[in-house]
This record gives sequence, structure tokens and C-alpha cells, in this order.
Amino acid sequence: MVSFGDPGMVLKAFFPTCCAAADSGLLVGRWVPEQSSAVVLAVVHFPFIPSQVKEFLAQVQQTSQVGVAVLGTWCHRRQEPEDNLGHFLEGLSAIFSHEPWLQLCREKGSTFWSCKATRWQGSTSPGAPSEDQVMIVFYDQRKVLLSQLHPPAILPDQETGDAAAGAVGLAAVFHTVARSEVLFRSDRFDEGPVRLSHWQSDGVEASILVELAKWASGPICLLLASLLSLVSAVSACWLFKLWPLPFIWSKLSTCEQLRYRLEQLTLIFSPQKAENPSQRMRKANMCVSVLLDVALGLTLLSWLHGKGRIEQLADALVPVADRVAEELQHLLQWLMGAPAGLKMNRALDQVLGRFFLYHIHLWISYIHLMSPFIERIVWHVGLSACLGLTVSLSILSDIIALLTFHIYCFYVYGARLYCLKICGLSSLWRLFRGKKWNVLRQRVDSCSYDLDQLFIGTLLFTILVFLLPTTALYYLVFTLLRLLVITVQGLIHLLVDLINSLPLYALGLRLCRPYRLAAGVKFRVLEQEAGRPLRLLMQINPLSYGRVVHTYRLPRYGCHPTHSWGSLCRKLFFGELIYPWRQREDKQD
Amino acid sequence: MENEQSFSDICGGRLALQRRYYSPSCREFCLSSPRLSLRSLTVVTSTVWLAAYGLFTVCENSVVLSAAIFITLLGLLGYLHFVKIDQETLLIIDSLGIQMTSSYASGKESTTFIEMDKKVIYYLCILLKDPVEPHEISQVVPVFQSAKPRLDCLIEVYRSCQEILAHQKAPSTSPQAHQKAPSTSPSIQKASIVSRGK
Repeated sequence: MVSFGDPGMVLKAFFPTCCAAADSGLLVGRWVPEQSSAVVLAVVHFPFIPSQVKEFLAQVQQTSQVGVAVLGTWCHRRQEPEDNLGHFLEGLSAIFSHEPWLQLCREKGSTFWSCKATRWQGSTSPGAPSEDQVMIVFYDQRKVLLSQLHPPAILPDQETGDAAAGAVGLAAVFHTVARSEVLFRSDRFDEGPVRLSHWQSDGVEASILVELAKWASGPICLLLASLLSLVSAVSACWLFKLWPLPFIWSKLSTCEQLRYRLEQLTLIFSPQKAENPSQRMRKANMCVSVLLDVALGLTLLSWLHGKGRIEQLADALVPVADRVAEELQHLLQWLMGAPAGLKMNRALDQVLGRFFLYHIHLWISYIHLMSPFIERIVWHVGLSACLGLTVSLSILSDIIALLTFHIYCFYVYGARLYCLKICGLSSLWRLFRGKKWNVLRQRVDSCSYDLDQLFIGTLLFTILVFLLPTTALYYLVFTLLRLLVITVQGLIHLLVDLINSLPLYALGLRLCRPYRLAAGVKFRVLEQEAGRPLRLLMQINPLSYGRVVHTYRLPRYGCHPTHSWGSLCRKLFFGELIYPWRQREDKQD
Repeated sequence: MENEQSFSDICGGRLALQRRYYSPSCREFCLSSPRLSLRSLTVVTSTVWLAAYGLFTVCENSVVLSAAIFITLLGLLGYLHFVKIDQETLLIIDSLGIQMTSSYASGKESTTFIEMDKKVIYYLCILLKDPVEPHEISQVVPVFQSAKPRLDCLIEVYRSCQEILAHQKAPSTSPQAHQKAPSTSPSIQKASIVSRGK
């Protein structure tokens, strides 16, 4: 069962820094033959009964699925050299047979250690043991236990046999230490058969607050989960499915944001525990994100409700809307004249201009009708900030969309008109050249037209061509306005996305406890002396901030504009409508 | 067991190589680049501040001056922390792996450790200098791609090539007037780049 490793490789002894000051005893750990490395997990102190030690180790091996065994002896000479101890320790190698047998020794007052690793089998001279070259690598047991390697070296569902065997390289060390938690449960103050020294031998670390929180979290989670399920049941009620309500809900980004938050809260307060570390991190990230959101929202709320800012805001809203409408009217007057020196077709110009002016007039009347209620509405909307800053920002974005609804209408009219014109032009242009679009074959075919068809076609073509600049200009102006509104809304959505998806818990962990998120390891060579084994210190190399954000970023809702610049320009040129925020279903106008 | 030697990089700057042999199975090589020179720092700072002062005389706004100071400070800090690498170290530990550390001028260290069980492939390549930009490398041409010889064979090939190239360089340095500048003067450099392969 035991394999001996490659005798040519240097033997690496991973020794925990917490045991460097421990009394003499037995070294207990795991031997990894493929890399010729011995991972020391703890030191068993005298007095002990060998059979009890073997029983204890078999128990640990069964529980943790890690091949824990006695690897050798540890000798810490505090007083003058004791020869009896030396002989006693040598005798132990006969009781706990292990190949190779490690003997680490530390003198009092000396930083350099002596190290021997002897093998009986496979040695060149029979009857005498062969010695291996040893390298001591110190590691901080607590940090290695708590840290998590990225990318994870082990598949999460590997349960059979010695599960740690799957890890390769230094990940095996991490895995061994992480899996041996059961070994670290007995501390120095226990009355068990074996006395161990490891990182928790001074008493198991615990915090009363954490314990209280864990105990209280059960019932609180159940209560909140039931509340949330009630809320989601109400929202899924048939009343809300009556048309046109689903249409409105899909258009408002506030509803999307509320739904997203509801999903997140359901996940956080679900009574089942998270199985693997990534799920735990995700829950923690969501929790911190929600808390930050609510905190920022409450700050905004207190700012809004202090010093009568609500009244100021409400008072400023109607004049702003008026101002916008006035500017639009000026713009239309300018377009109806000779904009930028271009000569427009007077009749079409007047028709379009008057049409849009009438719309603006309707809009202004509507705003003035609403003005007594504005303050109440703003007050209630301000209250929504206690649900989170993201909700307020979404409401702001929706309010902007509603207030600029007339710009949206103008854009749609202008785009439709322009689109019709382009379609007409392209098909009449084909007629002009004597071709036509074959729908069956989906290509352009030549066609012989009658004289009257050609005459009318050419006439219409000329009319459309000469009316093109006017429509194109109106379309251009309203498209630019619409793009401006979309940009403003886009910036707000970007901010909301940022707050939603930033993994704050992971970033905080990287800042305060960098060893928890490990990208790898790094080594430092400690003081050397000729003739002594090489001593190295293994430290944890933390993940960079960019990779932390990339790995733990929370999923966003909705989707981003999937247009590339090329397709956007193409759509603009042909007058197709642009829908910037495509919610899940495809919406036809 | 330490010794120090000075070399020069491809641009002609001075480099100091420090070798430390900790044990037969562990060696460290440390290359130090020249530090940030006071002259270049003064030149850059004076240029920025003169430009800011010029802008100030035009627009009479003292915000420009404060902004210039701010920008200089931030730029210097950013350069020292993210760009200027003072020392690069290579630590080789037998049967563990290779560790590369870069230390920046501000003291930041970034380390990468490559484990021994990851395959390390050595290859010899020819780096061609760009005729337009003499300090830039325009192409990397690896040789023996299908044969994939080991390090000892590559070292042999490399030494012989360097001998021949040294011959070529020597006559070209003397009468400059008669020589036509070669269009691409290939400079062969050995690159032992660690590549991950399982």
C-alpha cells in the first residue's frame, strides 16, 4: 500500500510554523509519494501508548478520508543533549514503520535544524538504510486551512477513497490540511488518549457573536423565507396578468430591479445551507450588496426628506418640463424655417412641423394637469429609496422615460416616415432601372413594366426623392434627441448594474484577509547554513483584484444592447427602430 | 555564496546580475535595472509645470496649476507603483518549481510560482530586430519546432550560432562607410520561456 516515491527526488517536509516550538514527540501527517513530500499536520507528545495512537489515527483516517500516518519523530532539545531521548526516538521507528522515516531535530538556541530521512527498502546496500536529501518547507497551518485556491484544483464531487489523491502538486498540501479538520478538533486541554500540537492546540477558535448569529439564523431565515414566498405569490397573482399590466411591467426597469432583488433575497434567506465554497461566496456577496444598497438608499432618503428638499424638487419639476417643451418648440420653428441654410419643401415642412407642435401643446397641457399631484408623487417615490438606491435609480430612469415620452413618439413618427420613404425609394429605384424584387426567389430580377406603370413609378420616385431631405432632417433631429435620452438612461442603468454585480464581500476579503483567496503560493528562502538542509517559507500568493471581480461577479439581470456599432449604424440609416433595452421577450412595435 | 556581475540589456542600459547559491538544489538569480534617474524626472516635471503655467497665463485660473501638481504627483506614484520594475528575481528550487518575482520601485512585489510537475519546454528562437525601430522586436522565429530537442542540444546549437554571429559582427564594426546597412540584422537570443503544458 505504501509507495516509496522516487529516491532521486529531494524529500520535502512541510512543517507547520506553530509546531516549531512544540515539545518532542511524533510527527503525524500524510505522505505523498508522487511528489516525495511529507505534509506534517501535528505533533503527538509523550506520554502516549502506541496502540492508542494507531487507533486514533485510524479513526481520523476513516472520518476525513486522508491517509494520516506517523511520519517520524520530532526532537526539541531544550536542555543539554539527552542521549536517552535520542535512543528512545530511534526505537520508535520500529513500532510505527513508515518509509521514509523522518527525524527532525532542533537544538536549543539554534535556528538551524537537522534533518534525516532514512529508507530501509530500496536502499543500495542491504542491511544499511539509505538517506534522502531533505528540504524543510514551513507553512502557516491556519492560513493554509482557511485559504481557497483559484482555480479549484479538486472536482467538488470526488468522494471515493483517498479524495486528496486527486490533487496535484502543491494543491495536495492545501487539500490535506483542509480535509484534516477532525484532527485539529482536539486541543491541549482535552483529556483524550493522545496529546496533539497543532494550530488549534491552544484552544479552538470561536467567537460568541458568530455562534449566536448561527443559532439565531435558523428561525429568522425561516420567517423571512416565508414572507418572501408570500410576496412572490402575491405578485404572481392572476390580477397582475391582465393586459395591459404585463406590458407596462416589462417596460419599466423598476419592476425588473424589484424582481431581481426579490430573487436575490429568496436565495439569501433560503433555509438550505450552501454546499460548496462558491455558493457560500455568492450568498455572502449578495448579502453585502443588498445591505450596501439599502444603506445608500436610506442615506438618500434622509437627505431628501431633510430641509424641505422634496418641495424644492417638486417645484422644480414642472418648470423643467415646461422649459424642455419650449426648447422643442423653438427647435421645430427653426426646422420649419431654413435650418442651417438648407431649403426645405415648404408644404411638407409646415405639415410635419404643425403636427409635432400640436403634440407638444398636448403634452404641456397634460403636465399642467398633473402639477398639483406632483409633490405627493415625488414624496411617495422618495420613500422607495428605503428599498435600496438601485430601486430609486431605476425609478429615476423610468421617470425620465415618462417625461420624455413625447420625444420617443416623435422619434417613432420620424423613423416610420423615413423608413416608408426609404422602402418606397428602393423599390421605385428598381422600377426606374427595370428590375423588381422577386419574393419567391429572394433576389432582384428584371421585369418588363407597362408604360403607365413606368410613368407613375417614375413620377412617384421623383416626388419621394425631392421630399427626402425634409424627412431626413426631421428624422435626424429626433433620432439625436432620442439617442441623448437613451444615453442618460444608459448611464443610470450602468450605475445600477455596477451596484448589483460588484462582489463587495470578496473584495473586502481580499483587502482584509488576503490569504483566503489564493492564486498560488510563493516561497522565501530562510537563513541558510552550509551542510544543513534547505529551509523555505511557503506563503500564500493572493489573487489580484481584477481576477477577484472577474471570478465572483454576480449575474446581472436583463441584457445589454447587443448591437455592434455597425449594425446600429445600419439600422439608423434604414430607419429601423432601435430598442435599447430588450427585456426577455422580443417586443414588436 | 553570492557573486555579482554586470551585463547590459539590448538597449545598452546597465544591468547587475546577482547569483546566490543557497544549496545544491536551490539557486537564485537577481537582475537589477538602473533606478529612476533624477534627470528624467526633473525634465518631465518641469515640462508639465511650464505647460500648466502657460495655460494659467492664458486663462487666469489657478485651478490649472493645482491640477498640474496633482497630475504630476499621481502620475509619479502610478509610474513607481505600476510601471517601474527595479528588480527581477528567478528562484529555482529542485523538485518544487520556479518562482519569478518582480519588485517595483514603490516596493510592491508580484510573484508567480510555476510548479515542477508542469512541463517546462525550452526552445531556441531567433528575434528579428525591426529595421525601422531598432529597439523593437518585429518577429520571433522558433527553431526546431518538430524535433523539440532538450536543453543540452539547444545549448550546443546556441553556442555555435553565437560564434558565427560574433564573426559576422566583428568585420562590420570597422569600415562603416563601405557597409550597407542590412535590412534585417537578425540577432539570435536564447529564450528559455516557461510554457505550461501537462
